[in-house]
Amino acid sequence: MTAPLVELTDVSKFYGNIKALEGVSLEVRGGEITCVLGDNGAGKSTLIKIVAGLHQHDGGSYRVEGEEVRHNSPREALDRGIATVYQDLAVVPLMPVWRNFFLGSEPRRGRGPFKRLDVRTMRETTRAELLRMGIDLRDVDQPIGTLSGGERQCVAIARAVYFGAKVLVLDEPTAALGVKQSGVVLKYVAAARDAGLGVVLITHNPHHAYLVGDRFVLLKRGAMAGSHTRSQITLDELTRQMAGGSELEQLSHELSRPGVAADGLGPRNA
Amino acid sequence: MTEATLDERLTGRSLPRRLLSRPELGSVVGAVAVFLFFSLAADAFLQPSSLGTVLYASSTIGIMAVPVALLMIGGEFDLSAGVMVTTSALCSSMFSYQMTANVWVGVGVSLLVTLAVGFFNGFVLTRTRLPSFIITLGTFLMLTGLNLGCTKLISGTVATKSISDMQGFDSARAVFASHLTIGSVDLQVTILWWLGLVAVATWVLLRTRAGNWVFAVGGSADAARAVGVPVARTKIGLYTAVALCAWISGQHLLLSFDVVQSGEGVGNELLYIIAAVIGGCLMTGGYGSAIGAAVGAFIFGMTSKGIVYAQWNPDWFKFFLGAMLLLATLLNHWVRKRAEAAT
Repeated sequence: MTAPLVELTDVSKFYGNIKALEGVSLEVRGGEITCVLGDNGAGKSTLIKIVAGLHQHDGGSYRVEGEEVRHNSPREALDRGIATVYQDLAVVPLMPVWRNFFLGSEPRRGRGPFKRLDVRTMRETTRAELLRMGIDLRDVDQPIGTLSGGERQCVAIARAVYFGAKVLVLDEPTAALGVKQSGVVLKYVAAARDAGLGVVLITHNPHHAYLVGDRFVLLKRGAMAGSHTRSQITLDELTRQMAGGSELEQLSHELSRPGVAADGLGPRNA
Repeated sequence: MTEATLDERLTGRSLPRRLLSRPELGSVVGAVAVFLFFSLAADAFLQPSSLGTVLYASSTIGIMAVPVALLMIGGEFDLSAGVMVTTSALCSSMFSYQMTANVWVGVGVSLLVTLAVGFFNGFVLTRTRLPSFIITLGTFLMLTGLNLGCTKLISGTVATKSISDMQGFDSARAVFASHLTIGSVDLQVTILWWLGLVAVATWVLLRTRAGNWVFAVGGSADAARAVGVPVARTKIGLYTAVALCAWISGQHLLLSFDVVQSGEGVGNELLYIIAAVIGGCLMTGGYGSAIGAAVGAFIFGMTSKGIVYAQWNPDWFKFFLGAMLLLATLLNHWVRKRAEAAT
């Protein structure tokens, strides 16, 4: 069996004396979706930043296709085929769609000091790539800020796929979206998987995760709370673990109304 | 259902709406209004000779407004731009005089010094991540002090010695401070520098990768960094561009008057920013144009000279400039609201 596209083993990260992440392992294979689930503050963002190359890990190992790496910048991660789509950092709102699509990897023509953007190719490619994802833009010149949240996510995903990403890291792609828009985005996540990419899907929604995921990694307070393949876990169990399991039972106990919950009926002031 | 309804909602953008989304729009409307106003208020304003004067006044601000606009699109300010011009002029004058070197040697040394100041601004900014307002305010004060202090120390007075009889002066003057008379219109060479810079800046901004990066680092530095744009390099480059233009402007200052007053330039940095803002640059970055900044500088030129031609008290000039700035900013704010409006 070939090495996974991305493999983290016992990775830790400290900010000063604060433990942000400890002993987290994760693997992503081509054509598979690995979901990272966790509540706010569980260490999801730290994990994504290490994979994306914005931060370096302090302990454990980070392998890309079997090779130990340490990315010093997002550029290095990109060059290894790891593209990250951030929840709100994906695009520059005031710039036209086509400029956003190629930002950081602009195709150029001409030579020497007259090297210039290949504007026509940029416009046409943007339109064609978005059309492939089912977004029909009349005007690729409109600022990307005028697109809906789901459309912006799709532009970012289309961009990563176009630039030959092998691994797509998606940071809460459905967090700010409605039900229908979430469905559209998940459809493209699945499409990227079918195209052979490995996907890391970060989310706190177990329902979305279970719809598309092959592996599930649960994080809690910076540590790994569970790691399962799809065959090992049901949606109910995933939801229960995600919601905190025993903590949830405790919460339900605390929130239960005395008199009402205890016997189900009967006046409270009896 | 979705495809059809989506298409209906996505109405095509008509020509007026396209024009409305251009950053230069406000400044062009303003320029036409100012032109008409002074055409009616001052008889001398429409004479060909006045055109040369107005264009000259515009170009002295315009040469600096162009890089300052680029810098603002990149999301930063440079409050040291005004005195940097003086620093550059003092530097070449004093180096040539003290070393009794060819004027061109002084001009070259001045280029290196000015670029170093610009690089310093950009480097400190990207390293410390402090607001550019603070950093360049610091450079502004330091340069103001250095200008006065060094000039007094070396020349003994607040002005430099005349270098008009030195070698290379005439050829240097031809490049930076000559003028050309067509009919009754006297055109200064700075107008050429200005128009050339506007053309180059516009091309770089709209048609090169560097220009794309300028918009990106100003619009959202984090997003730009995340997709691999070298944010620090882009910002340092912008500060160096401001320095390059300060050098051009400074050499003009020196070579058209032979001597330089060391206290000059204070306050000009705000004029450059005003021209850029009137021209449609957002204070928050990510939006604007070099052509807009040129039109902003032209409005400045028309207003400053128009008031003289109308034989009014020049004290009113600042009032006009302030009113123009407010109107332009309101218009730009409104335009951006429309551009950013998410569905």
